[in-house]
Parts: sequence; structure tokens; C-alpha cells
Amino acid sequence: MYVWIWRHLPGPLAAKLLQTLVLVALVSALLLFVIFPWIEPHLPINQVTVPGKK
Amino acid sequence: MTETTAVAPPPTPEGRPPRSTGDKVRFVLRGVGQTLITLGLVVLLFVVYEVWITNLFAAREQKKVTQALIKEWKQENALALPGSQDPSVRLGAGLGILYIPRLGRDYHFTIIQGSTIPDDAQLEKGPAHYKDTALPGQVGNFAVAGHRVGKGEPFLNIDKLRSGDAVIVETRSYWYVYRVLGQPTGQNPQSVHEDVRVAQGGTVSLPGREIVDPSAGRVLDPVPDHAGLQPATALMTMTTCHPKFTASHRMIVYSKLVAKVPNAAGLTMPASVLALYDEVSA
Repeated sequence: MYVWIWRHLPGPLAAKLLQTLVLVALVSALLLFVIFPWIEPHLPINQVTVPGKK
Repeated sequence: MTETTAVAPPPTPEGRPPRSTGDKVRFVLRGVGQTLITLGLVVLLFVVYEVWITNLFAAREQKKVTQALIKEWKQENALALPGSQDPSVRLGAGLGILYIPRLGRDYHFTIIQGSTIPDDAQLEKGPAHYKDTALPGQVGNFAVAGHRVGKGEPFLNIDKLRSGDAVIVETRSYWYVYRVLGQPTGQNPQSVHEDVRVAQGGTVSLPGREIVDPSAGRVLDPVPDHAGLQPATALMTMTTCHPKFTASHRMIVYSKLVAKVPNAAGLTMPASVLALYDEVSA
């Protein structure tokens, strides 16, 4: 997959490196700001409450 | 080194040699390997998110809610009649400010008015009050939940509290000083108890801290762990997860109101409250 992407990036080496950085940043941002916040409430971590009573 | 022994087959019309079985196996293995490495990196990134990024978001929320609360208090102080009570608080808005000298001079969190069970959105803003429990300073049990890791992590170091440590809650009208239960003071609060007076008469012995099952709603009872009883004093319960990063248990810290000092219009910390910081810095 990574090889395939590298081969399909246009331009000389420097351009490819720059595009790689941009791609990594995009994927990280997608994970950090969209996917993780969405998935996190469903994970059994960091639950701090006990059942409240009226 | 198959490349050296194998005779290269003639190029196919697409200009690529046809794939041998070995090539296919290598292709699949490489794919599996890369997928596993990728998943590993995603998990690492999730840890970064959990312990760092969530704190950034939470700090922004906490700052907003604190500014709103201070502004509201100052406006009310301008209008309020002397002796007026703390007004009721909207869900998700600030209720009071928590200070714990043991956790440092810069430790302060605005406590959010939460639901019956505070939800994720409320807890992201700050430690949240179980709304059906008593209010700060009220006779009864003032219960607050807070995150242990990430999301502002207000209760990250709550296990550092010793018996007798001050837990201060500022509201518009008063500074309430609670102390973690347990005699003698200065001990691991899980190993010491303290008698608390009960409205029905007599006392019950409560620990300063306990580790309970996630289902233990009894810790929110007016007298924790003693359903049906009413305390004769104001108590406070703090709940968080335990051990860190898990949902397997809850850490519960109990404290008892020992003093209240009127909050002046300027909202500055009174000297008697400031002095509590010297107890732990010595």
C-alpha cells in the first residue's frame, strides 16, 4: 500500500516527501479530531461515575 | 536470492512480468505486515489523543465555563442583597470552584452542574456535580465526579490526598472548607476512618477513601454506604476511575465540612483559606 502510494505521487523526490508529510498530517487530523472523538465514548476507559440516585 | 537464478520471463503486454506464487505470497505478507504496523501506529496515536489532545479541548471548555461563572458572580454581587443565598445552577454551567492545596497552588477547577449521573459533555468541561445530591456546604452529601486521565484530568492525583487534607469549594457566597476523613491526619485515607454524626443520633465510622465497584451508587447516599441515614454535617464525595485508564473500579474520596468563610464581593481568597496552603507546603 505504502509502496503503491509512493509510486503514484507525482514529481521529484522533494515533492514526494512534501506530499507524504501532508498525507500523514491529513490522516492524523482525521483520526484525532473526527474518528477518535466519535469512537471514544464506546470504549470501556475513563468512566468516572457511579449510578446516581434521586 | 531467486532473482539471480530465475530467468526473467518475457514481459507481458502491460510491460510487467507475470507474478509467480512466491511473488503473491510476498505481496500478501507485506500487506499483512504493513496493516499491522499501521494499526500499531493508530493505537499509539490514540494514546496521544487520550492523554494530551483531550486535555486541550477540555482546557478550552473549562476556561469558558470559569469565565462565565466569574462574570455571573461579579454581576450578581453588584446586585445582590446581603445574606442572599446561592442561586440554583443550570445544567452544564459552573456551580463553584474547587481548590485542593495538596495538589498545588495552581490547582483549581470550576465544578459543573451535572445530570443525575454526569454525562461525557459535562465531564469534559470539568468535574461535575451529581445534581440530585446536596449542594456545596449543605447538610447532606455533595457528590462530584471527575476524569482521572485526559479530558482535563481534574482528579488525576486524587490518590495523593491524605487524611485531613483540605478540599476547598468556593461559591458566590462562601468558601467551604472540607477535610478528607480519617483520624489521625496525614495518613493514607484508605486505611483510616472517622466518626461522622448522624441526624438520627449517634455516629457512623467512614473511611477517607475507598475503592468500589462501578455499580456502587451507595457512595452517593447522604451518609455514604449507609442507606436511609441522614448526616448531621455536610459531607463531600469525589468519584473517579480506578486504576487509571480503566473502567473496572471507582476511587471514592470522602470529606467533611469543617469551616465556611463568607466570600467577599471581590472574590479573593480569604487569609484563613490561604493559610491552608501552608499546611501542605511545609
